[in-house]
Amino acid sequence: MTSSSGQFDPSAAAPFMLRHGHPGWLGMAYHAHGPDWVELKLPWREDLIGQPGMPVLASGPIISLMDMASGLSIWTTLGALRPYATLDLRVDYQRPARERAAVIGHAQCYKTTRSAAFVRGVAHDGDPDDPVAQIAGVFMSIERDPRSG
Amino acid sequence: MADPAVDLTPYARSLGIQVAAVEDGTPVLTIDFGSEVEGRPQHLHGGATSGLLETAGYALLRAELARLGREHRLKPINITVEFLAAGKSRRTFAKGRINRLGRRNANIAVEAWQDDSNRPIATAIMNILMGEAGE
Repeated sequence: MTSSSGQFDPSAAAPFMLRHGHPGWLGMAYHAHGPDWVELKLPWREDLIGQPGMPVLASGPIISLMDMASGLSIWTTLGALRPYATLDLRVDYQRPARERAAVIGHAQCYKTTRSAAFVRGVAHDGDPDDPVAQIAGVFMSIERDPRSG
Repeated sequence: MADPAVDLTPYARSLGIQVAAVEDGTPVLTIDFGSEVEGRPQHLHGGATSGLLETAGYALLRAELARLGREHRLKPINITVEFLAAGKSRRTFAKGRINRLGRRNANIAVEAWQDDSNRPIATAIMNILMGEAGE
């Protein structure tokens, strides 16, 4: 999960984190990362379409993709894997993904405070300047989830 | 259990979303806990919660448009999801409410809950564009 320097390394951690559960079911995979951003890839799959008869990815999997890429971008920015809960996530859909296209989710953690992390990002199907969707999210640091009761 | 009038998307069916009931014309959707929807161990993934919320919003709008005899091609404009409580490893429900139904767009609020419908685990607001049926 960490590089030789001890920093959180998304390229090493993602294959483990994306193997099981919902991300595993969707087939999400690591694509690229930088100091404060992570890209994940959601491959095309026939049974994830949003409207019968139209080979276009549903919007639900795009939210999942961006939520996961957001979490990884926070840990990459912090350089450590700390528990965060999604507080609020907004997705603005610019256009449908192209037919049978994989979607890349690019999430950048542009600000962290003691308790919160702020993320923005785009989902695109090849050209980052012509996105499928733009997202903004706020995440809360939780050493123990305060919402659990 | 399923209402034939409520037609779920291939994504929703593949994830395991079902129609639990139709209350006064409003579809109540449900999903069982399983590895397909799991985030951190024994908890619902926020993306799966969002998928359920969004599906419930569309199911309600389609049902209402069908009741009114209107035909549209629905396109998402945006969705904002508020996560209120961690989703546990149990069955989850979701149901929408139409805030506004215009000629070209609709605003829909959706809530998801587990044990108690008065204690939602997540809510969403969706804006949906209603285009011409053949568009």
